[in-house]
This record gives sequence, C-alpha cells and structure tokens, in this order.
Amino acid sequence: MNNFDIRATINDVPHRASVEPRLSLLDFLRDDIGLGGTHMGCEHGVCGACSVLLDGVPIRACLMLAVQADGCRITTVEGLCNDDGTPGLLQDAFIEAHGMQCGYCTPGMLISAQALLAENDEPTLAEIKDAIGGNLCRCTGYVQIIESIQLAARRLREAAR
Amino acid sequence: MKPAKFEYLRAESIDQVVQALDQGDGETIVLAGGQTLMPMLAMRLARPAMVVDINHVAELSGVEILNEVEGDGELVIMACTRQAEALASPLIQEHAPLLSKAIAFVGHRQTRNRGTVGGSLAHADPASEIPLAALALDAWVSLRSVAGTRRLPLADYFHGPMMTARAENEILLSLHIPRAPGTRGAGFHEVSERRGDFAVVAAAAVIGVDERGVCDHAALAIGGADGRPRRIGAVEDKLRGQRLDSVAIAGQLSEIGAALAPGADQHAGAAYRLRVARVLAERALLEALAEAGP
Repeated sequence: MNNFDIRATINDVPHRASVEPRLSLLDFLRDDIGLGGTHMGCEHGVCGACSVLLDGVPIRACLMLAVQADGCRITTVEGLCNDDGTPGLLQDAFIEAHGMQCGYCTPGMLISAQALLAENDEPTLAEIKDAIGGNLCRCTGYVQIIESIQLAARRLREAAR
Repeated sequence: MKPAKFEYLRAESIDQVVQALDQGDGETIVLAGGQTLMPMLAMRLARPAMVVDINHVAELSGVEILNEVEGDGELVIMACTRQAEALASPLIQEHAPLLSKAIAFVGHRQTRNRGTVGGSLAHADPASEIPLAALALDAWVSLRSVAGTRRLPLADYFHGPMMTARAENEILLSLHIPRAPGTRGAGFHEVSERRGDFAVVAAAAVIGVDERGVCDHAALAIGGADGRPRRIGAVEDKLRGQRLDSVAIAGQLSEIGAALAPGADQHAGAAYRLRVARVLAERALLEALAEAGP
C-alpha cells in the first residue's frame, strides 16, 4: 500500500507528512500532528466533535482523508488561541458564560461558532442554532453554548467599534 | 471504525476516472464529498480495492446554463459541485428554486461544505432531498463510462433504496434540469427529527399557472415513503387544468397513498408516513401555488 506525501498548513504552521490513504484527517491531526484538541466522537459524521476549518469553512475531520488535505489550510481549536497561547475571544466567552459541561463537544462548537462569527458578528438566535446544528452536545447544554456565542459576538462588535 | 486498506488515486480528469472505474472490476469506488462514503468505509460497509478521488477534477464542478435558445435550454449542475455552492448559486435560485429550497434541508454546514449534488444522487437514499427535488423538476442525469455518455431521466434512474441505473463502470457526470418558465412556484416541506437530519418524509412540488389562472403545470414528488422518491402522477393529472386554491388542492390528495409503499423503521411506521405524506404534499403544493404567477 503506497503512502502519499502531503503538505498542509495547520494553524499557520506548514507541515509535511507521509500518510496512508485510509488515514482520516481526524486521526492525522490527533496522532500524527499531535493536536488532540480536535475530539473524536462518533467517527462517522454525526456528532460534529471533530469539526475543523478547511480553507476557512467548517467541515468534519472524520469525513475526510488526510491525503485529501494536501495543499489545504486547516484551523483546529488550538488555532483559535491568542498568539501567546491564552484563550482567544471566543474561547474566553465560552469560559465566562459556562458554554460547556463535560467539554467533549466544545472544540466542535467553537469551530462552528468561529465560522459563523467570521462572516456575521450580529447573528440572530436562529442563525446561531443553524450554525451549531451539526454539533451534538449530549450534556444538552445548548442554552449556555448559545449565550457564549452571543457574548462573543457582542465583544467582537465592541472591539470593532 | 477504521477503513480497511485501499489504493488511492487522485484523478485530474474525467477520462482518468472512467478508466480507473473500467479497470476496477467493480472494486473501485468514486470519492466525491465523502459525507456518505467515509462512514461506509469506516464501518467497513464498503471495502473497495481502490478509491478514486474526484475532488480535483475541475471539469466536474460548476453550475451553468447550456443550449440556451429563446429562454429554453437546461441548467447543468456538475456532479462534484458542493451542496454549499449549489445552495448559494444564483443560477439555481433563479432557474430551479425548488432545488435551492431542498438543499437548505440537506445536512449541516459542515456536511454541505464537502457534500456534493452528485454524491446525493449517486447514493440515492430514498429520503434524501436532492434526488426528490430533481425528480419533481423532470431532471436528467448524465452517466459516463469509457464507452461514452448516456442520459437518463430520473424517473428511470432510481431503482430502489441506494440502487440506481448507474453501472459499476460509470460515473455520474452531471444533473440536467430543463429550464422552465419563471412563473412557476416551488414548495418543499419535510418532517425530520431535527433540522438537517434525514427526512422521515419529504414533499416537493412545482406549480405553474397560466394568464387565466388555470394550472398548466403540476409536479408532486414524495420521498421517504417508498424505496425511492416517487412522482404522484394521479394527483398531478387532477390538478392540471384547474383553478387552484387550498380547497381544490386538498380535495385532490386522496390518491397519494395508492402511489406509495412506505416501509416502517425506528423513526416511523407505514401508516404515519402515509398520513404525513399527504399533509406535506398539501403544504408543498400550497407553497408552490402561492409563488406561481401568470
């Protein structure tokens, strides 16, 4: 079975790797690159815990092969931090508004929220629900997740003023 | 939950894809958006010897109007066009608004950003939205093999649950929707457990009304209530030629059940599906009628 050489920019850092075709992008990020923030939930595209940004748009890392990420730009939840490693604005809002309970869905929620806020810093409740519609929280803590995203949106608007 | 080993080919052209399929002896599978194939690989429901990735075949992506002559022609959606692109496409919104409405129900942002129009048609889940809308729009598919290209109306393309007329050595190339007068209205309604889930039952409708206010075009299709999406010709025939209003529509829906053979699963029983099919058909037809203008 032939391996493939790929190049991808992950959280602004260029990477080169040799990957087996059957390796998922999710396993690649976690096991080969060592970025464990992207969580492995259902591994068949239902739960959204493994969401990452691929060239700026949210996708599920379990539903893509690592070899397909060749030439792509990927942002994982680690990439949402400030440059000094402290939590970014969105992550901070999740901490402050208690937007997590067990924390398993949180990386996926953050990625979906990041994608939403990047194009719309004044989302309606319906838009927020739509944006995180593909992310399951089995603690069912959706209300505080939504409030966290609303808090982040408010801070983004204040910062833009 | 990890795929079995397979060979991987990143195709750069349609010719390369059909050659690989032709030499694959049924063990070669096309990878488009991967939103269905990847779970099937992970669960080892699919164990292909070779996966042909078509995501880099530029000619397999895009939306355009072809053979345009005095308003005629067709809207062509290439197979590897992402559902997110199709949803945002002004051409589809203008010429096939039913498809835009249907795609809004397909999955979630994460899956629409990868999932493709052709992938939904190739997979042919009996409850999925894109096949249903395309069927209601009298669409065709193009299938290509090394021997050439053939076109099939969708009525002949769907055979059963996840079964189509596509041969193992063919790739689904494109979806072709005949251009219709801009005065037609479109309606799409479904019942699902949560928004973005597979529909339990879905209904798609297109209505055209002439300058006298008489219905000159009626299409009604139901998904999730049979092994494949179904056109309800008996209802369409009764609606055509009538002045339609909510009473007229409600009065013509009794024959829906005769055209459907719903199954039962953990989501819903057969009787429920039939009942919901009728309610959704009425909503879809009313929505289409409200949009239709002379």
